[in-house]
Amino acid sequence: MVEVLNIAAGALLLTAVLVLWRREIAVIVRVFALQGVALAGLVAVLAWDEGSAELAAVAAGLLVLRGGVLPWLLRRAIAGAAPGQRESRPVLNVAASLLAAAALTLLALAVSAPLVALSPSPAARAVPIAVAVVLIGFLVLVTRRHAVSQLVGFLLMDNGITAAGFLTTSGIGLLVEVGVALDVLLVVLVLQVLTGRMRETFGDTDLDELRELHD
Amino acid sequence: MDIMLAVAPIVIPALGAAVYALAGWRRATTSVATVSAALSLLAAALVAGRVVANGPLSVAGLLRVDAVGAFMLLVITAIAVLVAVATPAHLAAELDARRISIRTATWHATLVQAFLAAMALAVTAADLGVLWVALEATTIITAFLVGQRRTRAAVEAAWKYVVICSSGIALALLGIVVLGHASAHSATGAGLDWAALAGAAPQLDPGVTRIAVVLLIVGFGTKAGLAPLHAWLPDAHSQAPAPVSALMSGVLLSVAFYAVLRVKVIADGALGAGFARALLIAAALASLLVAASLLIAQRDYKRMLAYSSIEHMGLLALGAAAGGPLATAAVLLHVLGHGLAKSVLFLGAGRILQTTGTSRIDGVRGLATRQPALAGAVGAGVLALLGLPPFSLFASELGIVRAGFAAGIGWATAAATALVVVIGAALVTHTGRMLLGTAPEGPGAAPAPRPLPRCTATALIIGIVGCAVLGTTTGPLTVLLEHAAATLGGTP
Repeated sequence: MVEVLNIAAGALLLTAVLVLWRREIAVIVRVFALQGVALAGLVAVLAWDEGSAELAAVAAGLLVLRGGVLPWLLRRAIAGAAPGQRESRPVLNVAASLLAAAALTLLALAVSAPLVALSPSPAARAVPIAVAVVLIGFLVLVTRRHAVSQLVGFLLMDNGITAAGFLTTSGIGLLVEVGVALDVLLVVLVLQVLTGRMRETFGDTDLDELRELHD
Repeated sequence: MDIMLAVAPIVIPALGAAVYALAGWRRATTSVATVSAALSLLAAALVAGRVVANGPLSVAGLLRVDAVGAFMLLVITAIAVLVAVATPAHLAAELDARRISIRTATWHATLVQAFLAAMALAVTAADLGVLWVALEATTIITAFLVGQRRTRAAVEAAWKYVVICSSGIALALLGIVVLGHASAHSATGAGLDWAALAGAAPQLDPGVTRIAVVLLIVGFGTKAGLAPLHAWLPDAHSQAPAPVSALMSGVLLSVAFYAVLRVKVIADGALGAGFARALLIAAALASLLVAASLLIAQRDYKRMLAYSSIEHMGLLALGAAAGGPLATAAVLLHVLGHGLAKSVLFLGAGRILQTTGTSRIDGVRGLATRQPALAGAVGAGVLALLGLPPFSLFASELGIVRAGFAAGIGWATAAATALVVVIGAALVTHTGRMLLGTAPEGPGAAPAPRPLPRCTATALIIGIVGCAVLGTTTGPLTVLLEHAAATLGGTP
């Protein structure tokens, strides 16, 4: 049981690092879909462990939303881009990104120590990994200049937070969980529409173009 | 009856949104928003009466309105009335100039009603999770309002707004998860219900709660426009249509700050008053510094108003850091006064933009001679923002400063006061240039004087007079403020 849980958590971190490493946006979206599957698997393991039908239903919902719907929306957002615009030019190079990911993982371990100390169950021991995914997502968000890869960074953060939620207290209540999922879906839809408008007005989705507003 | 009252401020605008979505923006529906806002204000006033008389109203464990929530409902609905009164003239002018279509006007009216419903839900939610969902919903709903004009700048502002606010507030969600972890292991069964958490705070694990509080204050602080994650605010507020800027600056920021106030009660119970205080002082001084440094050379009057909102959020953070009943009452009064003055100013700025066609400060000259009524309202609004008597911001700023010195954070209060003086000087210089002097001649000059539409004038006057009346007496609000201060200001 614990091994399967650790494999799922490991897959979560590995996919986050892969997103940071790769530049091609189509690949990034595919890796993101894999992470959604890993997250659903993680919750399925917890559901099996606790024999909870509710958690099993949540796992199925996560699989559909994060392994299917969100990657599909992202693919639609990049479908209109010209071939030359499908690569992201990160502010940090690969080596620096991977070093930063390692540093952020260590930071996550240090910061979440009190969380693990409060309840040293196998699930809670995996919380630092979820926090590391949140931090790596934040790094992707601030170092990518392409609209869709920035969006993936935001979604990595969200996957990490969801994982942390299920690893600590089996979620934050079904009602709130559904509300959060709905909010995330809507954010992606809004940003997808904005990506389209950006292409209309700028002819590009490179965020370097966004410099009209400043002081 | 109580239950119906408590849900009315959420349900009425939700129905308004449905009406606009189905019937569209037309002559027959222009007054729906005003009726909806007036009914919501009435309901909020009745709720406040009930709360003062009988204590908090609770609905099925999901919603709870205590004195703080009732006060916030009053703020939201009062400013909604101002905005609803001024909106028809604004949209009519935009339609006449062919900047928007009827379809966009319908979207505008629908989304504004949904926005009001989401804010009312945020301040009545009993659960931190529901509060989070409602706050994030406001970001999604207003995204299209910010990007309504579809220009390069509007799309850019909308993108930054959604990305920064959503990721900032994602930190708050992580904070809620961590706090839920502490709550689940405290054997109090509090869950995420903030009232139960405040009661059970001493039993929460301090190490875990500390992480949660940092995440929650930074996260909700992002949405409240507090530094360091304030960068979305000047862009969004300057690009949004005037009535939306008025609501975002006058109410939305304060609703997010309300979440910070709730978190602070839990933090104080679990960790003592020092921890949240240190975080809030840092946020307050950083916000004031950002506002001061970017206001001095500001060239755009809508951005100027946006930075002034960052300043006032910083002052609220300073008041919350001071803590105690005096400071808390002053903070809440400041929320209302700032909401009224700032919505008057954004509505006025929207009118200036419509008549002059520029949002640059140096593009507007001699407003007082050409449009005296508008210039008078804007001038009075700026005097109110500066905290001059008789406006209520005088009383509330004085209260915050006095509480700051009394709470032993005199150095921070002194630094904040110095920054407020700098900001005040910058505001006076910029507005003076716009209002006074002679109007420019020749090409590019302001067009011939245009009378202020009656409904815009009404909204501006109600706002200014309301702010001045509150400065002389808080009347029946006094009791509500006392109850609210008692709820939030447990620790001195």
